[in-house]
Amino acid sequence: MSKLNNLAEAVFQGDFTEVKNLTQQLVDDGVDPLIIINEGLIGGMNIVAPKFKAGEMFVPEVMKSAKAMHIGMEVVKPLVAESDIPYAGKVVIGTVAGDLHDIGKNLVIMILESGGFKVIDLGVDVPPEGFVEAIKKHEPQIVGMSALLTTTMMAMKDTINAIEKAGLRNKVKIVVGGAPISQDFANEIGADGYGADAMAAKEICSKLLSR
Amino acid sequence: MLIIGELINTSRKVINEAVDSKDEDYIKNVALEQVKAGADYIDINCGTKVHNEVETMEWLVDTVQNAVQVPLCIDSPNPKVLEAGLALCKYGQPMINSITGEKNRVNNILPLVVKYKAKVIALCMDDAGMPEKAEDRLRVAKNLHAKLTEAGVSENDIYFDPLIKPISSVDSAGLEVLEAIKIIKQKYPNVHLVCGISNVSYGLPNRKILNRLFTVQTMTMGMDSYILDPMDKGMMGIIYASRALLGQDPYCTDYINAYRKGLYEEIN
Repeated sequence: MSKLNNLAEAVFQGDFTEVKNLTQQLVDDGVDPLIIINEGLIGGMNIVAPKFKAGEMFVPEVMKSAKAMHIGMEVVKPLVAESDIPYAGKVVIGTVAGDLHDIGKNLVIMILESGGFKVIDLGVDVPPEGFVEAIKKHEPQIVGMSALLTTTMMAMKDTINAIEKAGLRNKVKIVVGGAPISQDFANEIGADGYGADAMAAKEICSKLLSR
Repeated sequence: MLIIGELINTSRKVINEAVDSKDEDYIKNVALEQVKAGADYIDINCGTKVHNEVETMEWLVDTVQNAVQVPLCIDSPNPKVLEAGLALCKYGQPMINSITGEKNRVNNILPLVVKYKAKVIALCMDDAGMPEKAEDRLRVAKNLHAKLTEAGVSENDIYFDPLIKPISSVDSAGLEVLEAIKIIKQKYPNVHLVCGISNVSYGLPNRKILNRLFTVQTMTMGMDSYILDPMDKGMMGIIYASRALLGQDPYCTDYINAYRKGLYEEIN
């Protein structure tokens, strides 16, 4: 159906007006909202992702496409029960204790949401107990931690310890990222995965869930 | 204008390896090359050495001072590491990188600024988080200015860093910094402004162009110190040219010398 392709194209182009109009038209045509979401809106982001990874698209363009996707979602969302919206997995994410940086984390959230993940954002300066409580409350498959400072990256280890202590370690996969973080460091503190950038973060999340 | 050479940082792979193998000659050479290229201060950061940051700092400070006789910029959020580095500084007035408006940082680091009569980089962030607007930065600068001067720190030793954020995530991120420089400079004409530029271009193509233009724009607003790679000839050339254009280079002497040193070969 070409209108769905056009919608995906409009998301890719980051054309807010076109996305809104086409989504509304598809709804009026009686197309299943879940098809609109999967093939039109997420479909558009699926064009964006590989181009971003290949260095053909840049951060502001990805943000524009993600915003366009959200504008379309606002149109369809009222038509479907929250529980019917399919998602790739649930991720609880936050910047660790003592660290106030959020740009990288927010980029990861955007890419994850665009990839169909449901993301619960705990914000910045999240203490270990904050992560533990969120795991109990939201029961995610994945916990993501961000740190931009060499002084706060050890808070990742503290958080993993707290999750272990609470008996929740085998319930979640833990993914870490941020400027001072490396694969070696992730291994050292016992994380399940490391994402060097937002795309890598999404890929490691998908990979961990498919195991 | 104060140029702080940023290359001695263990988050860089080459430095990390040199530290691990105690390769004094490599570190000494990096220090020497930066000074030759125009660095006034040499920054030393070994924050990635979480298990032995104090010992690494001491070794780096000693090693660098065996190669060059310039003041050092001791770079760590950890007061113990700062003190270890500062205690060994032999040449000129040391610099601390950095203090912030966060209560802990003020309590732990301000006494070191006073004790070592150091220059200090003051990041415009506090317990409320990273700044967005120019006014957020001014608010933190006001608080820090009061605390620093009350403790006896001279305005001439204060270097406010407005914190540069990427324009790829917020359109106005560059503009807010330019505005912040203007209003901080208006309120406190005797303080300095410093930053690391490269954050501004994160996530975008042709980062060099954005970094160089933003350097010129921030200089125009009153920024007078940069933490950068002094071996980047293009960037150093831009700074000398911009100083001359802003009337900070009598008889255009430094600009012409920069030309003779070959800093503009890339442009011609």
